[in-house]
Amino acid sequence: MEAAPPLLEIDGLSIDAMLADGPVRLVDGVTLGLRAGEVLGLVGESGCGKSLLSYSILRLLAPGLRISGGDIRLEGRSLATLPERKIRAMRGNEISMIFQEPMTALNPVFTIGDQVAEVFRTHQRLSRPQARAKAVEALAAVGVPSPEIRVGQYPADLSGGMRQRVMIAMALACRPKILIADEPTTALDTTIQAQILELMRGLQRNFGTSIVFISHDLGVVAEVADHVAVLYCGRVVEEAPVAELFRNPRHPYTRGLMGAVPQPDAEDMPDVLHEIKGNVPRPGHLPGGCRFHPRCPVARDICRISDPPRVAVGAQHHVACWEAADAS
Amino acid sequence: MLSYVLKRLSHTLLVIVGISIVSFVFLQLSGDPVGLMLPQDATSQQIEDLRHKLGLDDPVVVQYLRFVGNALRGDLGRSLFSNEPVAALILERLPATVELAFFSMAFALVIALPIGIVSALKRGTLIDTASMVLALFGLSMPHFWLGIMMIMLFSVQLGWLPTSGRGSFAQIIMPAAAMGISMVALFARLTRSTLLEVLGQDYVRTARAKGLPEYIVIGKHALKNAMIPLVTMIGMEFGLLLGGAVIIETVFAWPGVGRLIVQAIMDRDYPVVQGAVMLLSMIFVIVNLLVDLAYGWLDPDVSLRRASK
Repeated sequence: MEAAPPLLEIDGLSIDAMLADGPVRLVDGVTLGLRAGEVLGLVGESGCGKSLLSYSILRLLAPGLRISGGDIRLEGRSLATLPERKIRAMRGNEISMIFQEPMTALNPVFTIGDQVAEVFRTHQRLSRPQARAKAVEALAAVGVPSPEIRVGQYPADLSGGMRQRVMIAMALACRPKILIADEPTTALDTTIQAQILELMRGLQRNFGTSIVFISHDLGVVAEVADHVAVLYCGRVVEEAPVAELFRNPRHPYTRGLMGAVPQPDAEDMPDVLHEIKGNVPRPGHLPGGCRFHPRCPVARDICRISDPPRVAVGAQHHVACWEAADAS
Repeated sequence: MLSYVLKRLSHTLLVIVGISIVSFVFLQLSGDPVGLMLPQDATSQQIEDLRHKLGLDDPVVVQYLRFVGNALRGDLGRSLFSNEPVAALILERLPATVELAFFSMAFALVIALPIGIVSALKRGTLIDTASMVLALFGLSMPHFWLGIMMIMLFSVQLGWLPTSGRGSFAQIIMPAAAMGISMVALFARLTRSTLLEVLGQDYVRTARAKGLPEYIVIGKHALKNAMIPLVTMIGMEFGLLLGGAVIIETVFAWPGVGRLIVQAIMDRDYPVVQGAVMLLSMIFVIVNLLVDLAYGWLDPDVSLRRASK
């Protein structure tokens, strides 16, 4: 397992927003790996750069944002420098994405069938009737009831959970190697959320798809992910296999996030919810030293002056914190 | 969909009834045609006789009901001056107006849509600024002045196009262009702004994430959504064009409804004015109805939501 080369490598990736008064760094030197068949959870508060990171993989960054350093590699091929035509051939084919808002992610003026069939028509060059037949199959595979009727309906006719199923059907249509899921359950009711997570887990087992799962909700990530990376202000502050991370969180920010999640079945957790004091600093106005120090309960002098190094604290468990660095 | 159509039809009918009442009342307020029809030295007996003959001495309500009753049978009365049936007078002029409206709309769209799309896609660039300035320039110029300038350039100086009249294709180019240019600005700006808004929508990002080529992302996913407000505007403008372009028709001696109405107003030719207003309002309302029905096709949400109410 340890020796297997990652399917997707994010190597020292930085993303800048190009503003009138100069670039502002939003993602700063992130290095992560995704192995075949693995679910990688990306966790962090809003604005930590987790969505940007995921959009940059398919080069879907909004205008004004650009990859300013590092590289992204799929099976050794660099994606950051690939010509537009080639990256387009990969989108929805080798790497797919699903989004947070199933209400707005589907085009309201085209039928479900048309929108799913498009993927087949684009990547597999199928004829209209063939693509439509495949669309029905794809919808059936994600548990959309009576798919042959649904293909003729519009997004407005479907519930939020159904629409997210349609998005998943669309994303998995070409059996991609990687699925990037940007907060796929955040906008859904809790029961529907559980169904969608169950569906994603099932599909992941059946197709062996690797998933990058982005969420601000550690509880959801704990359910689906094999490996978790915690982001803060555009940097990975801690990453570890999911069980290890929950058993032995080393970064004060990770511990803070866990304290902010309700834990009904944990005996050693106090039955109050903790919040992390303060707010996420604005990009371009980051504190010196460790970026978390103004909010950190265990900050020391060195944290205010110097960036903590990334240290290994266990098998595949890395953390960027002076506490951990001194202990090891 | 059917219940939506029926509902819209009944609204349309109500609007037409409303228009007939309002236009009838306003025309009544505008004065008496008899004074213009008779010589200056007519006796009051002669005036009374003519008023009686025309039915103008009846109460307004009776006059209105008589007008509606006749109109329902297709009789809009006769011109007080030429004594020709009003319906025939209008129908004779209508094809010219429709033709001009159609060509000016086509002229405007052929120029405006590409400009709007390119400016949206190249937002903030020189192309964007230049085409928007140009469009604004077109909007700011009064048609009649533009029409006269075109006649001076293309007819007088260059001798390429005939100055006026209707019959050949060459004769429609200048009036259509003169009317179309102001709409170019309108449509180009609307296309640009709605397309920009649509391009920021999540489903456009989804379309890109699916690996669709950019021409499908823009030409299919973005444009069909951007068409919705555009179709409204096209419908409204087209309705207005069908009302006749009084000034352009005058500048280019175009034998359309606009000139007919102006002449009838000058003459206080009640039946012609009343009939023309009725007919044109009906056309306007029907065009709007068609636009609304086109919505149902463009935006499935519309027909669903409205029908279920």
